[in-house]
Amino acid sequence: MKKQNLQNVIIKLENVGKYYYMGEEGENVVKALDGISIDVEKGDFVAIMGPSGSGKSTGMNLVGSLDLPSFGEIYLDNENISHLTESELAQVRGKKIGFIFQQFNLISNLTAKENVMLPMLFQETPKEQREEEAENLLGLVDLKDRMDHYPNQLSGGQQQRVAIARALANNPEVVLADEPTGNLDSSTGERVLDFLEKLHKQGTTIVMVTHDPNIAKNHAKTIYSIKDGKIEGVSKNINGKWVKHSVN
Amino acid sequence: MIKDYFFLAVGNLKHRGLRSWLTILGIFIGIAAVVSLISLGAGLKTAVTGQFSTLSVDKLTVQNAGTGFGPPGSTVVEKLNEHDLRLVENVKGVDVVVPRLVRVAKVEYNKELKFNFVADIPSNSKQIDIIYSSLNLETENGRLLKESDKGKVVIGKDIVDEFSKNIEVGKKIVIQRTDFEVIGILKPGSSFQINQVILMPTPDLKELLNIEDEIDIIIAQVENKDKIEEVAKSIEEELRKDRNLDIGEEDFSVQTPIEALGTVNTILNIINLIVIGIAAISLLVGGVGIMNTMYTSVLERTREIGIMKAVGAQNKDILLIFLIESGLLGLIGGIIGAGIGLGLAFGASFVANNALGTNILDVAISFPLIISAILFSLVVGIISGTFPAIQASKLSAVDAIRS
Repeated sequence: MKKQNLQNVIIKLENVGKYYYMGEEGENVVKALDGISIDVEKGDFVAIMGPSGSGKSTGMNLVGSLDLPSFGEIYLDNENISHLTESELAQVRGKKIGFIFQQFNLISNLTAKENVMLPMLFQETPKEQREEEAENLLGLVDLKDRMDHYPNQLSGGQQQRVAIARALANNPEVVLADEPTGNLDSSTGERVLDFLEKLHKQGTTIVMVTHDPNIAKNHAKTIYSIKDGKIEGVSKNINGKWVKHSVN
Repeated sequence: MIKDYFFLAVGNLKHRGLRSWLTILGIFIGIAAVVSLISLGAGLKTAVTGQFSTLSVDKLTVQNAGTGFGPPGSTVVEKLNEHDLRLVENVKGVDVVVPRLVRVAKVEYNKELKFNFVADIPSNSKQIDIIYSSLNLETENGRLLKESDKGKVVIGKDIVDEFSKNIEVGKKIVIQRTDFEVIGILKPGSSFQINQVILMPTPDLKELLNIEDEIDIIIAQVENKDKIEEVAKSIEEELRKDRNLDIGEEDFSVQTPIEALGTVNTILNIINLIVIGIAAISLLVGGVGIMNTMYTSVLERTREIGIMKAVGAQNKDILLIFLIESGLLGLIGGIIGAGIGLGLAFGASFVANNALGTNILDVAISFPLIISAILFSLVVGIISGTFPAIQASKLSAVDAIRS
């Protein structure tokens, strides 16, 4: 077993695939992902880009340890998570990963503050600390005055900012954003992206899934283009210039 | 952490207020039925056994078969008489015998006419003592009958209230067109034998109703109460021999207090079993209601479960949250059900006692019953929630979020 010697790599996907078997006998194989390798370095802002149906959401689920691959190995913080049980995965992602979804996915009968407190509850953080932390995080996304509002009392942009605060709740290694602006108009979308960039500048690692090349180019530093379950190309922004990397 | 899950669960239940209440309704009807019926059942038992407790443990009764305390029935072939009384008195183990007459007579007071039980008080101080002590008779006003009294009566409390103008001590009442002076009013007791009776000296009653050699009930006090069953058998045998009857052909009955209580208890136990059966069915239905609600809840909240898993909830966390919710449904249902059940029991007892005019049907509050009803309801809630909760906890995070 080769030792992972990648101090800087926080998430590593090694020839990872995800197949779905459809039909009565599982005779139709849908290859959502067919052997991709991704390295996410600490502090990077990675965009996974591709049209719908390209497999980018499946890739995001695997990167975020929401799902297990059909084959290949996934390392999170140098730990192989490809073969963990569901509960172990839950613990890992609760601690190390923050999610931002296209649909915001706040819990409707909890206030903004309680939504932000929720991930800390599952890490058994004491209540006082949870409250303090949630208030700080909501302050970070300029929503301190709305913390006792329920999601349906907030605009889409505000809900997504609550979701960002929630994603940061357990001080995760990586924030994963799945089409974070998909349900927002362009100006509120920009505001959300500005927050993500602010986080990036403060050193948070961000992985964002998007179908929009402009969003990817304007905000990310590394772009993985996915098509038909395979990686089509990798480009890195080096001092404002996009440089193509080879795909192995 | 459990405390936080508890608040999460309460929030979820509140969020689905109407449905939560309807589900709780399903379970509390069952619990209310159990608590009210069992509380009343215990009261009923107290009331009925109270009627029989007037039969002391060292006395047995001999009656014509087929007659209770009612009027003489024409179907009775051979009535008890002085001859039988002597026969019973001479049975080994019998100490004292008391002949008693209990009839129904027409009673008039203040131009109102009623029919009431009239029972006799013998003119023998030893027999009088047995009657007074075994029935625990005491007067509220006036005094009890003495052997020398003539033309005087003592009446039960219910008779006083029966007439629109209350009867008082010293007043005259007309029984079968003959005047009697009321010299005492009895303290209310647990039995209609005390509350709804007019007591008069034996000679007066015999004269009034033209009774010659008839006895309705023979009360026999035994020398040793431990041998009461044996004495009862001997009396039966003697009477059978005297009347030339075979076993099973008896036109009389000898009852010991234990026998009488036993019969009543059997009936009450059967009633209790039926009640518990009905309650069990309704609790089962309530449990199915909880299960249904929880399954619906899991379906509705699939996405929410997915989100919670995405932010780090493990299977056991989800399981616990759902179990607390279903347990709470059961617990709240149990508490409300127990409260309403007690209320119903008190209501029924109030209505019954008002209608009958005595405090005959008391509610017996049993804390073990209430506590176990509530705990049982909690357990029903948890059990009903188990399968839905397992289903919820096993949802895959990806599929749940995507739904």
